[in-house]
Amino acid sequence: MAEIKNYTLNFGPQHPAAHGVLRLVMELDGEVVEKADPHIGLLHRGTEKLFEYKTYLQCLPYFDRFDYVSMMANEHAYVLAVEKLLGITPPERAQYIRVMYAELTRILNHCLWLGAVALDIGAMTVFLYCFREREDIFDFYEEVSGARMHAAYFRPGGVAKDLPDGLLEKIKAFTERFPGYVDEYETLLTENRIWKQRNVDIAVVEPEAALDWGFSGPMIRGSDIAWDLRKKQPYDVYDKLDFEIPVGVTGDCYDRYLVRVEEMRQSNHIIRQCVDWLEKNPGPIKIDDYKLTNPPRAEMKSDMEALIHHFKYFAEGFHVPEGEVYAAVEHPKGEFGVYLISDGSNKPYRMKVRAAGFPHLQALDYMTRGHMVADVVAILGTQDIVFGEIDR
Amino acid sequence: MVQDDLEKSIDGVSDGEALTQQFGDQVLEVIQGLDCPTVVVHKDAIVEVCHFLKSKRGFEQVVDICGVDMSEYPGHPSDAPRFFVVYHLLSISRNKRMRLKAGVGDREIIDSVTEVWPAANWFEREAFDMFGIIFNHHPDLRRILTDYGFEGHPFRKDFPLVGRVEMFFDDEQWRCVYRPNQLENRVLIEKTWPGVDRG
Repeated sequence: MAEIKNYTLNFGPQHPAAHGVLRLVMELDGEVVEKADPHIGLLHRGTEKLFEYKTYLQCLPYFDRFDYVSMMANEHAYVLAVEKLLGITPPERAQYIRVMYAELTRILNHCLWLGAVALDIGAMTVFLYCFREREDIFDFYEEVSGARMHAAYFRPGGVAKDLPDGLLEKIKAFTERFPGYVDEYETLLTENRIWKQRNVDIAVVEPEAALDWGFSGPMIRGSDIAWDLRKKQPYDVYDKLDFEIPVGVTGDCYDRYLVRVEEMRQSNHIIRQCVDWLEKNPGPIKIDDYKLTNPPRAEMKSDMEALIHHFKYFAEGFHVPEGEVYAAVEHPKGEFGVYLISDGSNKPYRMKVRAAGFPHLQALDYMTRGHMVADVVAILGTQDIVFGEIDR
Repeated sequence: MVQDDLEKSIDGVSDGEALTQQFGDQVLEVIQGLDCPTVVVHKDAIVEVCHFLKSKRGFEQVVDICGVDMSEYPGHPSDAPRFFVVYHLLSISRNKRMRLKAGVGDREIIDSVTEVWPAANWFEREAFDMFGIIFNHHPDLRRILTDYGFEGHPFRKDFPLVGRVEMFFDDEQWRCVYRPNQLENRVLIEKTWPGVDRG
């Protein structure tokens, strides 16, 4: 009788369920995965090297391009790191705006995640529904920054511009209808038999394993560890807002789905509180130190000193005191951190970006062992992989 | 900050003090950083230090490991090790962070911490890929982000920003080939320090 051997299957990089450019080399025994070796780096752009040649302001737009489905959340980590080194605190209104947009971004990210994963598993409608809501949020991005995706809106010391008139009413109307939309997604999926068959008890991650593999965000909360940087190490105004941390019980794909859906509802609740506060409290949206932020347009046109500041700010940039700092935010995908070393000049000496998806994808081998080939797609989906941040 | 440290210490001993007591001379420096305590340790002790921190001080997670090339840092002594390997640790049970640094010279190796935290695997591969730092006892020290067959370590300060080679499609061989690139490194904004007048 012929001896049956394991064989190797190459998955990606051009595969619709590879969520970008993943090349996965799998060793299979029949249909069971014995080993999965992700080959990453196909989207590597050397951004961390580029940072060393850019001023602090020029670095900012690169952050939109890390995790290109949650743009402002990336910027948030960067501005927090720079602000910590500069020793400045932005005005409260700027912090509320940033938190509001960070949470809108979380909804944006989870909508794409849900739509894409449902599509991978075979549910077409959810994708269409989710993209309908993403369109609304892109409009909010556009109103405030002029760009629908790569906003470059957060700045060290605050945000670029104040909110335009009428935007808060639109966001408020969105928060009123959004819980209904989440109900629609849940009607389609939560009790759906196919969805449950594909997700329940797939890739169970025990809490100990989640810690060992460096999980964060919804991945660690799915494994019953209530860890959320917004609560535990609050930044900006998260400590003034009311929200809950959802956690899973068994740590399977289905739990992680439930965690993310509940996070959308909680984010909506946070946005609501921010809108209420912002409506009542007008004020400055960036610090008024013109060495570190640009002066208002009108002042720049009429005042010589402001004009000089304007040119210095955009041409030379600002100098950040010597030192090193690590700042992390609760990114929709997990902990997104920026480790910044400054030598006192106008350009970073070294900047390392800690991407949330990097350790998650590393654990793909651990999570897929013993599962079927078809489950690999579900597991890849549950990790919420985006290659912009993993390859950097 | 000091009050905060006391609250989160174990038996009134901060992490830096505990490391000094345990490892003595191997701990070179303890600094209270802007965000978290920073401990510089000797590279030979890194695995024991990490085991100690994980089992006795509750640092369950390694958040990040990265290399830093100090060769162009102003005031970096030329006899000091060229690279730093920087470990960011997180204790979820104590809600505390910590930064470990170990100096590694140009032709030196450092022990891998994958036996302490499996998550260190890819982070160390990345540091090897980008800086050429070699991690001893690493189970699978391959390149990770650069192309198959890439030469050099791109995040070293002596590696040019524009790279050394460019890729194009060769019609005769009907495949992609590399050739030395002709690009010049343009500097649009000079690197400046405060208080220096540039006329």
